Amino acid sequence: MLRRTFLVGGLTASGGFLLGVPVVKAMAGETSDLKGGKIGFFVEIKPDNTVVIGVAQPEIGQGVRTSMPMLVAEELDVDWAEVTVRQMPLGIVKTADGYTWKYGGQGAGGSTAVTDNWDFLREVGATARQMLINVAAARWEVEPGACRTESGEVFCATLGARIKYADLAEQAAKLPVPGDKPSFKALSDHRIIGKPAGVVDIRDIVTGKARFGIDTAVPGMRYAVIQRSPYLDGTVRSFDDTSARKVPGVVDVFKIDGPAPGEPYLILASGVAVVATSTWAALQGRKALEIEWDKGPHQQESTESFWRQANELLSSAGQIVRNDGDLDAVIEQADKVVTARYEIPFVNHAPMEPQNCFVHVEKDRARVIAPTQSPSGASRAVAAVTGLSRERIEVEMTRVGGGFGRRLTNDYVAEAAMISQKIGGAVKLQWSREDDVRHDFYRPSGLHEMKAALNTSGEITGWTQRLASAGKYYRRPNVAPDEQYAAELYIDDFPAQFIENLRVEWFEVQSGMPRGSWRAPAHTANAFVVQSFLDEVAHASGQDPLQLRLDLYGNNRDLPYGQHGGPTFNPWRLSRLLEHVAQRIDYTAKRPAGRAVGIASHFTFGGYAAHAVEVEVGSDGSLIIERIVAAVDCGIVVNPLGVEAQLEGGTIDGLSTALNLEITVEEGQVVQSNFHNYRVARMSQIPVVLETHVLPFGDKPTGMGEMGLPSIAPALTNAIYNACGVRIRKLPLRDQLKSMLA
Amino acid sequence: MIEFHVNNEPASFDGDEDTPLLWILRDHLALTGTKFGCGIGSCGACTVHIDGRASKACTRKASSIAGKRITTIEGLASPSGQLHPLQQAWIDEDVPQCGYCQGGQIMAAIDLLHNNPSPSDADISKSMRNICRCGTYVRIRKAIHRAAASMRRET
Repeated sequence: MLRRTFLVGGLTASGGFLLGVPVVKAMAGETSDLKGGKIGFFVEIKPDNTVVIGVAQPEIGQGVRTSMPMLVAEELDVDWAEVTVRQMPLGIVKTADGYTWKYGGQGAGGSTAVTDNWDFLREVGATARQMLINVAAARWEVEPGACRTESGEVFCATLGARIKYADLAEQAAKLPVPGDKPSFKALSDHRIIGKPAGVVDIRDIVTGKARFGIDTAVPGMRYAVIQRSPYLDGTVRSFDDTSARKVPGVVDVFKIDGPAPGEPYLILASGVAVVATSTWAALQGRKALEIEWDKGPHQQESTESFWRQANELLSSAGQIVRNDGDLDAVIEQADKVVTARYEIPFVNHAPMEPQNCFVHVEKDRARVIAPTQSPSGASRAVAAVTGLSRERIEVEMTRVGGGFGRRLTNDYVAEAAMISQKIGGAVKLQWSREDDVRHDFYRPSGLHEMKAALNTSGEITGWTQRLASAGKYYRRPNVAPDEQYAAELYIDDFPAQFIENLRVEWFEVQSGMPRGSWRAPAHTANAFVVQSFLDEVAHASGQDPLQLRLDLYGNNRDLPYGQHGGPTFNPWRLSRLLEHVAQRIDYTAKRPAGRAVGIASHFTFGGYAAHAVEVEVGSDGSLIIERIVAAVDCGIVVNPLGVEAQLEGGTIDGLSTALNLEITVEEGQVVQSNFHNYRVARMSQIPVVLETHVLPFGDKPTGMGEMGLPSIAPALTNAIYNACGVRIRKLPLRDQLKSMLA
Repeated sequence: MIEFHVNNEPASFDGDEDTPLLWILRDHLALTGTKFGCGIGSCGACTVHIDGRASKACTRKASSIAGKRITTIEGLASPSGQLHPLQQAWIDEDVPQCGYCQGGQIMAAIDLLHNNPSPSDADISKSMRNICRCGTYVRIRKAIHRAAASMRRET
């Protein structure tokens, strides 16, 4: 539902023309506190007929600075080579109903940019194009319908006339916005959408000129680091900064108070800030601090105690969040019951760019330059710290050195604001890698108990998933206790609606670990568990795992799906991908002992993916991943190069995490600290053969940031089982095979 | 006062001699293409060349760079803007996602091709130890093969 309200236009300082096409969009399900509207986007046509297109979303590597302007440029009908891209700052406007977006929703999360902006940004481009046509038509005294556009020019065939957009733009700005929604090009007429486009900033990236948050430097700016409590919810009992203050360059040292246990996180932890004239001086000052910690309420917590608690919980009754049919009865009557438990660890986001933020708080305003996935969250964080009204807080977005969900939370922005306010000047807060690994909103850990009932013909008559986990909604304001499960179990996920008697149950594990969104949040855990257990069921009943999936998924049809990525889900689209990857990996081929393939598929936030993996497992438990075939169906494709990149990256992220990654806790402290013991995969762990296949479908795109991740881990462990008979039920894999087979 | 060359320009640093080259480049010389990733010489985001060989700037103390010739990612292209074949290959293969590690990856790849102009896949896997959290390894590998081929043609 789009409703145009007003137009903004005007000349820029450089003589270019800024065309804004503000629209108000109903935002069903928008979780932002910004009420009401979604307004505007900007197209700037320069006097030389080149075009600058603004991007409202932060670039975290998902490719929005390329894909978003492609949508505008296509309908504006300009040549892609003539387009440059400008990062827009956060735009919010105060209205009687609260704050509203000025440029449209701004954020990077949930793989929503392409989905949410597909119509909106094409409409921006098409409306601008129509206004340019209207000016040309009036000038030529012909009907607008007698004109057409191409490559940034308007043509009139009857007159044999042509004119560049640059010569129309200024006048176009003064016209009222056409009342009708413009029509879009047919997909077959696309010249930009669907064509491979390289990363727009690539030359800056390969020459070291691309600006990330960490590259921010303003004259007179101070550099700060914080020593945060290593204990979960620990506090500073006392500290001695005598030595720290003697470090040349250190200018200030002070305590930072974190949230009380159980309270929402404005920042993650209590600590001591060190402010200096350089990053190194701040780091050296921090090293010289002597701090006595109050170890806080979780000092007994450990990974062992976590699993003990989760196991105990599963012997009790939990919160039943979905209950179809009569599960108990079919289990009672079953010919066979299969059951297994799976363990999913906490994991760290580990973006390559450690957290950092520039903030300058002044008396009546603040400036923020942040690598963030949520600029409006950054604005709220600074408002919460300073009490400034949000329209007095400017938020600029840099390129972001990886997000993965970590930078949906702006705790580091709030910290920088606290420091800037205290010192009364501009500061760049820098986290070290150790800070980042030991202080995160970790991906939740959980213990899943699965049970399936089969009848004599091998049909699955009952299915249950019981999850004891530390949910990511922990300490989030405004989430009721009985809604905590919703971030851990998406109740319409497969196999709900495919098995008549199905029950899903959740148990909350008590933990002091901060938790948050990690790329494809609960899909990572649930795809692993469900797709692994489906293979277990297939093997227990003598069925082929691929055929079992194809039989279950069934015909081409839409089923209701109530969670993010809905409102519908077409399981046949998974079958189509599975058959494709199975064919590519030669699924039915006979292979020598120790060598086998495995498959898995998953529906994530509106997109569909499948993986096939071929492995060789030696008798000593050595594992070689021979090749990976990945396929995705994200509807129609905006940028094929970008989709393939996300599929490769998601696959490798899922593989790295499944093979290596786990955060553990001892005595209330995170154990891991840097890449030597949090071993993100390097190239040597990635198979040389990683094929990607993109199978478009339908007439709408979905996002791509998260879809490529969930199904790789179960495809790998299913292949391992087929190769050596060992079922991996605990992630990460690490050296489990060696210890089991040796 | 420690004197050295960065990207063929004389440079100096007058401060704590334990300061890592990384922070000298970033905070003092405003050459921010060299990135901070781990601080322990593990991830390679800070890879630069010192006297022509790849080195992790985060673990190179100021005291160890006196008289050295340092090249950073900013200094790879010719003054006229002609890219190094590896930079061009990175563009041709559309390698970066977030882009943060890529400067270091390119600096490491140059060192690899310097030692081994025709690396095999196994050679690349063994030598390229820099972390890319976005998982661009498939394209990094392709870009190295592409650059190797183009550099062989040139010589």
